[in-house]
Amino acid sequence: MTRTGFVIANLWRKKTRTVLTLLSIVTAFLLFGLLQAVNVLFSAGADFVGATRLVTQARVSFTQSLPMRLLPQIESVPGVERVMWSQWFGGVWQENTQLIIQAVDPARLRDVYPEIVMPNAQWKAFESTRTGMVVGRNLANQYGWKIGQKVPIASNIFPQKDGSKAWTFDLVGIFDGKDEEWQRNTSGGWINFAYFDEANQFARGLAGVYIIRLSDPDAASGVAATIDDMFENSPDETKTQTERDFNIGFFKQIGDIGLIVRWILFAVFFTLLLVVGNTIAQSVRERIPELAILKTLGFKDGAVLGFVLAEAAALCVIGGLVGLAIATPLGVVITKASGGYLPLAVDAKVWLTGAIAVVVLSLAVGLLPALRAKRLTIVDALAGR
Amino acid sequence: MLKQVLSITLLGLRSIPERLGPSLVIVVGLAGVVAVFTALLAMAAGFQSTLEAAGRPDVALVLRGGSQAELNSGISREQGTIIKQAPGVAQGVDGLPLASAEVIVIAELMKAGETTGSNITVRGVEAAAFTLRPKLRIVEGRAFTQGLRELIVGQGVARQFEGVRLGETLRMRGSDWTVVGMFASGDAYESELWADVDVAQSTFNRQGYSAVRLQLAGSGDLQTVKDALSADPRVNVDVETEQEYFSGQTEQFRKTIGALAGVVTFIMALGAMFAALNTMYAAVGARAREIATLRAIGFRGLPVVVSVMLESLILALAGGLLGALAAYVLFNNMAVSTLGANFTQVVFRFAVTPALVVDGLVIAVVIGMVGGLLPALRAARQPVTTALRAA
Repeated sequence: MTRTGFVIANLWRKKTRTVLTLLSIVTAFLLFGLLQAVNVLFSAGADFVGATRLVTQARVSFTQSLPMRLLPQIESVPGVERVMWSQWFGGVWQENTQLIIQAVDPARLRDVYPEIVMPNAQWKAFESTRTGMVVGRNLANQYGWKIGQKVPIASNIFPQKDGSKAWTFDLVGIFDGKDEEWQRNTSGGWINFAYFDEANQFARGLAGVYIIRLSDPDAASGVAATIDDMFENSPDETKTQTERDFNIGFFKQIGDIGLIVRWILFAVFFTLLLVVGNTIAQSVRERIPELAILKTLGFKDGAVLGFVLAEAAALCVIGGLVGLAIATPLGVVITKASGGYLPLAVDAKVWLTGAIAVVVLSLAVGLLPALRAKRLTIVDALAGR
Repeated sequence: MLKQVLSITLLGLRSIPERLGPSLVIVVGLAGVVAVFTALLAMAAGFQSTLEAAGRPDVALVLRGGSQAELNSGISREQGTIIKQAPGVAQGVDGLPLASAEVIVIAELMKAGETTGSNITVRGVEAAAFTLRPKLRIVEGRAFTQGLRELIVGQGVARQFEGVRLGETLRMRGSDWTVVGMFASGDAYESELWADVDVAQSTFNRQGYSAVRLQLAGSGDLQTVKDALSADPRVNVDVETEQEYFSGQTEQFRKTIGALAGVVTFIMALGAMFAALNTMYAAVGARAREIATLRAIGFRGLPVVVSVMLESLILALAGGLLGALAAYVLFNNMAVSTLGANFTQVVFRFAVTPALVVDGLVIAVVIGMVGGLLPALRAARQPVTTALRAA
């Protein structure tokens, strides 16, 4: 019998116990995978936007719109390659579903965000159709919207000139992201600022926030400082930060969710540690005479330690793999079910932390029983002392 | 029968110290499940009670049609006057309508040690605003003076954020505001900064208001106000009671947290159940000879089943209590904040309510039952002779 075979045979001796222990590890890692994905969403979810863009908002809050008249001044700052602005439309679909719809200048959007992929004809159509709208693939799929159709969207902020808050836009394009991460971010849409500015009742020349594409990403902090200095002590003081920081700040507003997720992870792991640790300790206790016999047969202390540790590791590795493997498609299902608002990606990053957790768990639960097995003296163990 | 159950159960319970480790697995496993369940729902309960306490059934909130939240709404000065003079609005001692036209703007404040700001509501109010919120009182300093750039700060904001202590100045849109007082109200208004409405309008360049609050004269007067305003072509507004407005806002949060708590608790409960099964199988395994002996001297199968389940239940209940206690000690009254409907922070406290603790214990009991049942059946079914001969 090989050593691997010996470990497997030992695990399989008490089938019920092994299976139940495995199942608890599987559920724990299933939860770990999903919660870790939530954690990533809130902490590092903004990583992929990089630092090539700056966002200039009103200093007091980004909900306060900056006026259009700042545009030429921002464009004149050295290091600024292209500037766009985006006004929050407050889009509402049907009864009460809020949509991420913003009013922008199509040509500027295309220059500032090369990560957005859309056929040239659709870009052109967006530029030339005043009532045009483009939406992300996720949003279009969710409601089954097709290019060419008219989409009725209300605004919870801006009435039209006649006082009605019901707007209708022509869907002229559906965009994708350049990679998987950008693709996940296609749950919103854009409308034509020129049309919005003219057709709404009271907001004239209100840009919202400015988004700036830099010619040199390393110049970010310098450009940001220059812009903010320019408007200091004016009625429109600005706060300029990288797009990444802006997004992180945005997510942080949701509050102490990250903290609460970490508490849950902690509770899950603590519980798990006890369950698995106890099972392994018990199985070592029961087999003390056997271990003594192994040593009598000439197995070294180290080998005995290895057997016990291998059993613990096998349970953790198999349970961890299966748990994460179930979490991965489940994350996709949740993403779909939430309509893209909760994009849970159990991706390579989550798997990596999962792998680390497996190693830590194996050592934490296996080491004490393994050391006990290693330290056994043959005479005492056989005598049952 | 009862006597048999009692004696076997006591026998089992007395031997728990010898099987302390495995028994603790049930206790700790369930403590984890119940603690997580209770803590998550305590958060939802706290958020809900904070917002709902802010809403009064006899105050009408008037927003521009289709706005959903005060932040999105806008009402001009002329419209504000028309709304205040609607029939059905109570009169104050001065003979004027008891109503407050208010403007909402948002400021960014930092939490201690953080570098990104959080949105805080700055509410410009008229004098009647204080009459419309009878629970609100100044606990430190004084109220702001009309016409001056002075602020009073809600207790919740003062505790969570920096730069708003008494006497400090806050810079907004190129102007300095002095914090002159702190107020408490025990509800969502504690998450706001209040100032004089005229000063707020001029500083933030607002021509009109965000919302108008009306004290209703009688219980049926909401409809009177609604009818009068919808018949008036000069205004296009939504009218609802303040209570309806605030409870509508908690719905989404309650649903989200409820779903999260459901999924997490379900998965954790599964894990805990496997652990409980494991422990109880081990327990009946260790006591196989003892149980077989009892059966041999005339104890029946049913008392054995019941006693094993009772043991599992007692352990589960102990775990549940421990978990609820942990949730209470760690989280009850902990102040946290999240985004509310105005896209600003609402500061609220976890509320571990008795109802939540009971729900948590019910979950623990169910898992304990399931975890005990299969092992109990195995214990009772064991052939006496085999078990007696086993090592």
